[in-house]
Amino acid sequence: MHIPDGYLSPSTCVVLYGASAPFWYTALRRMKAALSTRVVPLLSVMAALSFVIMMFNLPLPGGTTGHAVGVGIATIILGPWASILAISMALGIQAVFFGDGGITTLGANSFNMAIVGSLVAFAVYRLISGSAPLASSRRIAAAALAGYTAINASALCAAVEFGIQPIYFKDASGAPLYAPYPLGIAVPAMMIGHLTFAGLAELVLSAGVVAYFQRTNPGLLKNTAPANVELGREEPGPAGWRALRPLWIALALLLVLTPLGILAAGTAWGEWTVRDFSSQQSRAKIAQASGNATPPAAAPRGLERLSAIWTAPFAQYAPSFVRRPAVGYLLSAMFGCGAILLVSLVAGSLATRARGRPYELS
Amino acid sequence: MNFLENSLAGFLNALEHALDAEDLARRRGLLQRLDPRIKVAGIAGLVIAAAMARRLWVIAAIFAVALLLAAASRISPILLARRVWIPVLFFTGIIALPAPFVIPGRIVWTFPWLGWAVTAQGLKSAAFLVSRVETAATLSVLLILSTPWNAVLKALRMLRVPVVVVVILGMAYRYIFLLLDNARDMLESRRSRMMGEMSGPDYRRMATASVGVLMSRSLQLGGDVYSAMLARGFQGEVYVLEDFRTAAFDWVMLSVFAALAAAAIYYGR
Repeated sequence: MHIPDGYLSPSTCVVLYGASAPFWYTALRRMKAALSTRVVPLLSVMAALSFVIMMFNLPLPGGTTGHAVGVGIATIILGPWASILAISMALGIQAVFFGDGGITTLGANSFNMAIVGSLVAFAVYRLISGSAPLASSRRIAAAALAGYTAINASALCAAVEFGIQPIYFKDASGAPLYAPYPLGIAVPAMMIGHLTFAGLAELVLSAGVVAYFQRTNPGLLKNTAPANVELGREEPGPAGWRALRPLWIALALLLVLTPLGILAAGTAWGEWTVRDFSSQQSRAKIAQASGNATPPAAAPRGLERLSAIWTAPFAQYAPSFVRRPAVGYLLSAMFGCGAILLVSLVAGSLATRARGRPYELS
Repeated sequence: MNFLENSLAGFLNALEHALDAEDLARRRGLLQRLDPRIKVAGIAGLVIAAAMARRLWVIAAIFAVALLLAAASRISPILLARRVWIPVLFFTGIIALPAPFVIPGRIVWTFPWLGWAVTAQGLKSAAFLVSRVETAATLSVLLILSTPWNAVLKALRMLRVPVVVVVILGMAYRYIFLLLDNARDMLESRRSRMMGEMSGPDYRRMATASVGVLMSRSLQLGGDVYSAMLARGFQGEVYVLEDFRTAAFDWVMLSVFAALAAAAIYYGR
């Protein structure tokens, strides 16, 4: 996510430096007002800390590892304004000292990660944690979500900045001068990585550190909690199957309600088969559903070719030996759920076995 | 999953990087001799010119200037390749790789069996991206490797960065090494007490607890540093000693940098 020099046009960089400046100014003024002479040592240590946190390699669920920016946890512990400054300065040191992230793009990087990240993290954390006690598990969930949404909001900003480059900056032949991909490619490409790995790293870090402070030093969480919040220790929640009980009930209800699906008449838009293109009746239906646009005379050739490769065992959601469509529909739903549950149970047990048991002294 | 080793390697890499830079900054060479303010302004000018250029040959010319500067400053191309060229090529190269196929334009070649079309515009945009990123990164690494961090910071004063920010950045740089040491000790001591494999969740708990410990230590440290500053008579005012002296050579180099950047901006339009 650290945008290097050369990905953004100079004018984009100037705009983003300009957009960051008022936030930096306000943050510095607020910090000076709150801390007076303490501002220098505290912010220096915090900037150094943000730098070091970015270097931690976190183990993620699924066996991979990743780095987090730490914007979620910095905001929760220090508050949004201190976090904006600390992370911007850490990014500045990274850019100038490590060459990680550019000099011309420092404004953009600070805007995406430090400013947007901190403000989004703060809003999400406050919204979800509300006035929950400092030691409540709701705060852990709030921290997790704050880190996850913050880093994804930053990634979205970066993706939009990349995506607008080819619109405005091309040479005479039409070749893009900077980040070459349009929004339609830049946004999904950035978001896939951040909705999964990078988001997960931030989630693990924020939730884990908040949980750690709840056990050891809950006072540190006071900074971003409402003034009258109490400490309060919660009883540990139900574990294992009991904790999942509401989910099982919801799943059973959905299973029972599946025959409702056959009440919906007709074919879902876009889910046409090759046969639908040849019959006169279904062609009329397609046209009607598509705002009276005439469907192509023959089925698209790709559809025809690909549809021959795989035939579903329960075509139209009903095994051929069942007479009533409603029963078939229900049977298919049960079979589908069963298959998914079985696959996830097998995958889960394989994963546990592969990871091995923790070492125990005998 | 050995996040311990990965993190430790990352910390060591940062320390090594800093030592390398200090060592190179002390050598006698062209960039090392220059007044840091002129160096910062000159190299920033070249980076901006590289960012603005709309012609590939202009970017290549700026890259050649960077190579000359490196040679004159006794910074070896091997170090630059290891530090900049290869990592940048790996990262940006992968990003630029699909561009020739994705960007619409005049088709110059089609893959024999796959039928993928390569466009001239796509190739050119990939070349723009990679060459621009390589050039800018080389220039900024030259600045870092030839200038002690404190001198870079003082030079920032010239760019009207507030004194408070400059002082904070300077102090932060020092604490980075203290905290890196701290984090390294913590993980190292943990590793020396471990037998066998830990489960994923245990690993995660340990990693986040380490960050938590580091965080509370830093907050404590911030308070301690403040007390120490007060004890030495700190009253909230910060001063930076600006003891730069420019010689005739500095002004010559400043005009060379300015002329190069202006030419690059003019021809790169």
